[in-house]
Amino acid sequence: MFNRMKKEQNSMPTSRRGFLKLVAGSSAGLVLAMNLPGANASEEKAPVSVSDDGKFQPNAFVKIGADNKVYVAIKHLEMGQGTYTGLATLVAEELDASWDQVISEGAPTDTAKYKNLLWGAMGTGGSSAIANSFEQMRMAGATARAMLVNAAAEQWKVPVDQITVSEGVVSHTGSNRSATFGELAEAAAQQPVPAYENLTVKKPADFKLIGRKVSRKDLGKTDGTAIFTQDIKLDGMLTAMVAHPPRFGAKLKAFDASQTKQVKGVVDVIGIPSGVAVLANDYWSAKKGRDRLKIEWDESQAMNKSSAELMAEYKALAKTPGAVARNDGDTDSALANAATVIEADFEFPYLAHATMEPMNCVAQVREDGCEIWNGEQLNTGDQAVVAQMLGFKPKQVTINMLFAGGSFGRRANPHSDYVVETVNIAKAKPGVPVKLVWSREDDTQAGYFRPMYYHTIRGGLDANGNLIGWEQRIVGQSILTGTAFEAFLVKDGIDATSVEGASTLPYAIPNLKVDLHTVSVPVPVQWWRSVGHTHTAFSTEVFIDRVAKATGKDAVEMRLELLKGHPRHQGVLKLAAEKAGWGRTLPEGRALGVAVHESFNSYVAQVAEVSLTRAGGFKVEKVWCAVDCGFAVNPDVIKAQMEGGIGYGLSPVLMSEITIDNGAVQQSNFHDYQVLRINEMPDVEVHIVPSAEAPTGVGEPGTPPIAPAVANALYALTGQEFNKLPLKLV
Amino acid sequence: MSVTLNVNGVNHTVDADPDTPLLWAIRNHIELTGTKFGCGMALCGACTVHLDGQPVRSCSTPISLAVGKQVTTIEGVQSKAAKAVQDAWTELQVPQCGYCQSGQIMSAAALLESNPNPTDDEIDAAMQGNVCRCATYVRIRSAIKTAAKELG
Repeated sequence: MFNRMKKEQNSMPTSRRGFLKLVAGSSAGLVLAMNLPGANASEEKAPVSVSDDGKFQPNAFVKIGADNKVYVAIKHLEMGQGTYTGLATLVAEELDASWDQVISEGAPTDTAKYKNLLWGAMGTGGSSAIANSFEQMRMAGATARAMLVNAAAEQWKVPVDQITVSEGVVSHTGSNRSATFGELAEAAAQQPVPAYENLTVKKPADFKLIGRKVSRKDLGKTDGTAIFTQDIKLDGMLTAMVAHPPRFGAKLKAFDASQTKQVKGVVDVIGIPSGVAVLANDYWSAKKGRDRLKIEWDESQAMNKSSAELMAEYKALAKTPGAVARNDGDTDSALANAATVIEADFEFPYLAHATMEPMNCVAQVREDGCEIWNGEQLNTGDQAVVAQMLGFKPKQVTINMLFAGGSFGRRANPHSDYVVETVNIAKAKPGVPVKLVWSREDDTQAGYFRPMYYHTIRGGLDANGNLIGWEQRIVGQSILTGTAFEAFLVKDGIDATSVEGASTLPYAIPNLKVDLHTVSVPVPVQWWRSVGHTHTAFSTEVFIDRVAKATGKDAVEMRLELLKGHPRHQGVLKLAAEKAGWGRTLPEGRALGVAVHESFNSYVAQVAEVSLTRAGGFKVEKVWCAVDCGFAVNPDVIKAQMEGGIGYGLSPVLMSEITIDNGAVQQSNFHDYQVLRINEMPDVEVHIVPSAEAPTGVGEPGTPPIAPAVANALYALTGQEFNKLPLKLV
Repeated sequence: MSVTLNVNGVNHTVDADPDTPLLWAIRNHIELTGTKFGCGMALCGACTVHLDGQPVRSCSTPISLAVGKQVTTIEGVQSKAAKAVQDAWTELQVPQCGYCQSGQIMSAAALLESNPNPTDDEIDAAMQGNVCRCATYVRIRSAIKTAAKELG
């Protein structure tokens, strides 16, 4: 599909019905807005004035000022995944801008203009930024280019088709004339908008930026000038810290703030639904004040179980059938008639996201509206929730989308948890900007967490060692039940995020059943980088190696056989195996392990080389990673995301685990919720499969395969069967 | 009570208790926000600054210990080693979310000041206190070597 790039032949479904609208304004230049289907009537001509102070305007993706800068409004959250670079690359390519003149800016929360085309709402997640805006952003750039060219043709009185554009300069060779974008911006703003159908975009062979390494556009990250929510400073702003209930399900009963109020710098103490908030002039005063609170909690409804007790319940539940998520053939009969049945079970703990920037948010509630500063990931949802809390219309809630110091899913909370907490405090202080800051302890203990899961798999082999039956059972909490996502992603009692990766198993197994027990537990849970794939990739890929060993087959060969009809899985698997030298003789005490997994329509295979250490542990020495994410827009960003996805996925392999006792989280900071450090990071070699398919995401797909690849290497090395994360040698 | 802190060569009078962590004096009182809060317990390194040239975790250093010393933050770091580190960070596109990177750069600069040509093990030892949840560690290692080469 990708090779035929003329607009009407392109495959992005929403764009076919899309149209472009020019909104011309002041002397500052040209603002282009691409309206999306259903957003507005086509005849609407509401003018949007353009300021010349460098600030973006609503309804705009591209803005070109007399300053000769190209401002690109980025509708997705930059949390490290590189979307400021990726989306700007698409615009700059079709605009023929100089990369140096391009400036990326976070878009305001305006769902009609900036929604994720795969969601219908503004937000970032599911590794969807490039996938949903590939055509949208290119067309935004192409439109701007066409109008600049038309303006030049009119001014110079030369035919449009004799004009060229390169590196931000519009030229007519015959008359030896040229002009910068900035010089043409005002005239371009007076040009009619070319019909969407008449616009063309480049063929891949003509790409100058797409597919090459470009410098990142999320600047200020090597000199301390990048601004995160933590860094927002506003006149009269107060810092708030909240004392949360010590156990899940406990509620505030009463509090005594008399000692707190004696702390210098403390301004006020208020009870809010999620605990007691201390407001102070600065963080340290707020913390000292919070430490001196005397709080009585109502623990009558508090959770009293431990995670170990929960796991025992999950195991008991797994002995009974659950709600069926996938059912191919007749798995019961296949297993009953199998020559051999292999069984395994797998335990996955709760996990914290542990972003480097603990959760925080700034809000200012006024009579006529509310302004939020946040590493904003679920724009439409957070805006709607805040509007409802305050009795406002959504448009009265302004959200400034800042850089996030990591998210890994955490800042896309379907309950808007910390945003709601901030607004609950701020609304008690009308007009005063309030910055909520969670400590590391708050962040580790309050949630939300990747759910704890338990899996069982039974695999049936026929007399020839062929895998003829597969029954997988999953037990765990639903992430989405009770949220706005339930209507889309929970069907017939199956939360798609609980079973994805298992219900989508690509292997050719004639009889395959996946079922699910969804449990109700008062531990707050949500998605964590790659969501369901965090656990399903492990159980399925570890189990495949058990089958390979039982049948005496090579782990790569067996997968390739079972992946017939799945060329992209096969492609990454072959490439990773080839680069790793699969099959070579390794030094004593070392082995390779492999895993392949698709998530979010991207395909990743990883081979891990693992060694045993003298201290009785193990070390992941090197990882070879092959990724197929369609056409590679930013190869260096793709590599960075694979490296980072592997590193993120290694923490739960090696050390990370949240446990609960009597309804309270037992970990509090990085000493007991340990995460990967530099000395544990393997060398990583990333290979990108050349592809002409439409591009897909890379933020999450690098994470799922690493845990099973490492476990499989250790299995090859020691023979130990790993049924639990983190991995521990016996 | 107030104390005088010298940060990036400038004296600041800070009205705060002596037990106030240097991090919060820098961020909230002096209003330099490049130095980050990550854990408050000297476990993650996001708050790393130089105190008389030595890397310290400002979240666990009371301001009383910084009085009379030179505090250098990411905004004021000027040494050749620091510039080489920053350049290598940019060239290799180390940062992802970027939140920990001020601390990473301050630790890396201090490493190269004392050891111009560190081995992998020495890099790991010096940088182990700096957590990066984006796991940019592969590039951090490379960038430190690039900077070391640049410094010759």
